[in-house]
Amino acid sequence: MNAPVILDRRRVLQGGGALIVSFSLGRALAQEGSPAGAAPKRPGSLAVAPYLDSWLRIDADGRITAFTGKAELGQGFKTAFQQIAAEQLDVPFEAIHVVTADTQLTANEGYTAGSHSMQDSGTAILNAAAQVRELLIAQAAGRLGLAAENLRTENGAVIAPDGRRLTYGELVAADLLHVQAQPQSKLKDPASFKIMGHAVPRVDIPAKVTGGEAYVQDMRLSGMVHARVVRPPSYGAQLVECDSAAVERLPGVLKVVRDGNFLAVIANKEFQAIKAMNALAAAAKWKESQNLPKQDDLLNVLTGLPSQDSIIFERSDPSVSGQKTLEATYTRPYQSHGSIGPSCAVAHFVDDAMTVWTHTQGVYPDRQAIAEMLRMSPASVRLIHVEGSGCYGHNGADDVAADAALIARALPGRPVRVQWMREQEHAWEPFGPAMVTKLKASIDGGGRIADWNFAVWSNTHSMRPGNAGTLLAAQHMAQAFAVPPPKPLPLPEGGGDRNAIPLYTFANARVVHHFIAAMPLRISAMRGLGAYHNVFSIESFMDELAGLAGADPVEFRLRHLEDPRGRDVVEKAAQEFGWKQDRKPPPGRGYGFAFARYKNLAAYCAIASEVEVNSETGRARLLRAVAAVDSGQVVNPDGLTNQIEGAIMQSMSWTLYESVSFDDTRITSIDWQTYPILRFDAVPDRIDVHIINRPGQPFLGSGETGQGPAAASIANAIAHATGKRLRDLPLTRKRIKDAIDA
Amino acid sequence: MMTLKVNGQDNQIDADPDTPLLYVLRDDLKLNAAKFGCGLGQCGSCTVIVDGKAVLSCVTPLVLLKGKQVTTLEGLGTVSAPAPIQRAFMEEQAAQCGYCIAGMMMRAQALLLRNPKPTDAEIRAELQPNLCRCGTHMRILRAVHRAARLMDTADASANARSGQ
Repeated sequence: MNAPVILDRRRVLQGGGALIVSFSLGRALAQEGSPAGAAPKRPGSLAVAPYLDSWLRIDADGRITAFTGKAELGQGFKTAFQQIAAEQLDVPFEAIHVVTADTQLTANEGYTAGSHSMQDSGTAILNAAAQVRELLIAQAAGRLGLAAENLRTENGAVIAPDGRRLTYGELVAADLLHVQAQPQSKLKDPASFKIMGHAVPRVDIPAKVTGGEAYVQDMRLSGMVHARVVRPPSYGAQLVECDSAAVERLPGVLKVVRDGNFLAVIANKEFQAIKAMNALAAAAKWKESQNLPKQDDLLNVLTGLPSQDSIIFERSDPSVSGQKTLEATYTRPYQSHGSIGPSCAVAHFVDDAMTVWTHTQGVYPDRQAIAEMLRMSPASVRLIHVEGSGCYGHNGADDVAADAALIARALPGRPVRVQWMREQEHAWEPFGPAMVTKLKASIDGGGRIADWNFAVWSNTHSMRPGNAGTLLAAQHMAQAFAVPPPKPLPLPEGGGDRNAIPLYTFANARVVHHFIAAMPLRISAMRGLGAYHNVFSIESFMDELAGLAGADPVEFRLRHLEDPRGRDVVEKAAQEFGWKQDRKPPPGRGYGFAFARYKNLAAYCAIASEVEVNSETGRARLLRAVAAVDSGQVVNPDGLTNQIEGAIMQSMSWTLYESVSFDDTRITSIDWQTYPILRFDAVPDRIDVHIINRPGQPFLGSGETGQGPAAASIANAIAHATGKRLRDLPLTRKRIKDAIDA
Repeated sequence: MMTLKVNGQDNQIDADPDTPLLYVLRDDLKLNAAKFGCGLGQCGSCTVIVDGKAVLSCVTPLVLLKGKQVTTLEGLGTVSAPAPIQRAFMEEQAAQCGYCIAGMMMRAQALLLRNPKPTDAEIRAELQPNLCRCGTHMRILRAVHRAARLMDTADASANARSGQ
């Protein structure tokens, strides 16, 4: 895209009387109000990219394109955005084509992260489409000499009462959509929705089930060659010697690329590149250092590191005090994103311009980082998002994009495809950070929590690009870029302290965040960030306290929960599960319950579960889970259900099996043998997801809301089944067996 | 040079005999469905069918495939004319990122070829080697059950047409 033409608003307004009409249109159905006196904020990402044609374009032939700066990661929002645009524009679903994150075509919406896509980009497209529809009606009103309120839209055209019909393609003139969005839009009445709110098959699935080109891994550009990286064997290892002469003579090898500790090889064919990589790895001599902490003592490692401490929540009511007190410490290990497809990118360096096809979650920040690494201007670097294997946060995507760019620069004119090997993905991805939480609370005579103390120790939960120093390739180059200093992510969303503040109401409460700057292992954002462990801790402890109070866990939660939408999901999940006070499970089984509102501001989710524990082996199996979720206005109910099902299954895998392992020098969990995850023998009998739809309400991000509740629900069910409380993740067979035998 | 039969067609392949089938399919034959996941035979995303059996193409060298019939997901059907297993996965919306799905489908297809009416336990046991990270397992199981029903119906109608 050329630099956007900044049109003077007055000129636009003078230029077309029809536009003035649109700007004065009603506010009856606006999604977001604004406080009196304050300048109203544009909804969603319209706040950062206000021009309507950043989001929607209509060609003269009537073709409609919707643009999003977010990246489709398998969460299905591309389909949801298509539904939103089609609904608000009054065109068939098939009439819309959605273009996703591309630094040359789409708005800069930062990262696709934090369950923000629907809230930011979905809301922008919703409002932009509604406003575009109004502009088209106004344009037709001018042409037909009729009042806008007498016109209606249907199937891509504006229709007059006498039957005259002007298609959108006929109406759209050069700059019609190049106007800034208004803060409020005339949205359609949800009761009239024909596309939004209905289950629509995902647009990406047909190619994925027939062998179509669906992923960056599937790209085959003309003249494309293959490269592989030889990564150091451990963090900080230095390449002391590498005679690559023999490797360069191997069949198909085009070039060995070395820049400091960055080592790679390019070959004509993919398996030639892999063979050459193995030969190059054998030729490389590294100097390693023993810098890693003790894996089985993370509690003391983390709480022993220097921390910046802040009280992030405090409430005091001296008139209330507790009688019985409980304390507990919970821990979470480092965990892997564990994408099934190792990270991949294609880069092409031509005429001093770099193009990178990547499954990054942030094309703009990653472009910034890659440009800095290459010492190029961001304007001469283009990043285009292409789907990859699911990432669940910051995996190797950005790093392999940087690898590809650095290698492609060494071979101008040839597109270079780089894919990581399995052991590279497992050893070098930035892990989900380890965490420690310490809780203390007491119960008053009436069975209510009188005071609540919660402290969490953790790293930052985002080392995402923006700076070159976040990229492995840039860290390994001879003129290396330093890793930027980590920062705590600000509340209300937070990072390590995400969901550390309970949504429950307690008379006295204090929540402390111990932010640890030192990062013994490479870490970054993993689905849910701190919310996974904080909700696991809070919701496990709520069950422990319910036990202390002699109360039913569900009733005990409701006793402390005022938020009406929170209460609704708790009650819905309990009812659909068949939760009853004092209900006795069959021998060896237990029931568990947990609830959270993600980030205390996104989707609500409650999960009830039934778990079976084999007391001989310690093996726990989730038999069934029932979830209730409130995501505000639902766009694609089946897509939402799919996300919640997936969240439960993935969180179950994290919770029962997963921890990164390492010795004093190297990461030792480097494949699926050493980092086992869920397999089909552990898949539940059934998962039921119940959606509480809220027509007309803002979208609430849902991609991560299930992670914490699923973990705690399973832990609570295990405690119910065994009578033993496990507080250290993962809740492995051995730990359960040891607890039973203790 | 070696002749390799893939999806019913003979192909002349110019690759080292130790090249795993996966790279021949992706690199030489430009087929997308079989995916590189681990290269170690641990995840199943590279699964294809060789002479009716599910095979991990990432650890199967080309030299072992002389005279054999290789079938990939592309060989089963297309978007406009999907095979029952493909239709079933579409109808159940059995994918999130979908990277593992081609491998899942090929292993399920191999099961249905030898056991057209598998029990739920048989499907789970069969799919044990294949990993999914998005947690789409419930839908995958439903899709395989649906595929079995679709194939049964297709067989029944084919038999009816042929007068059997």
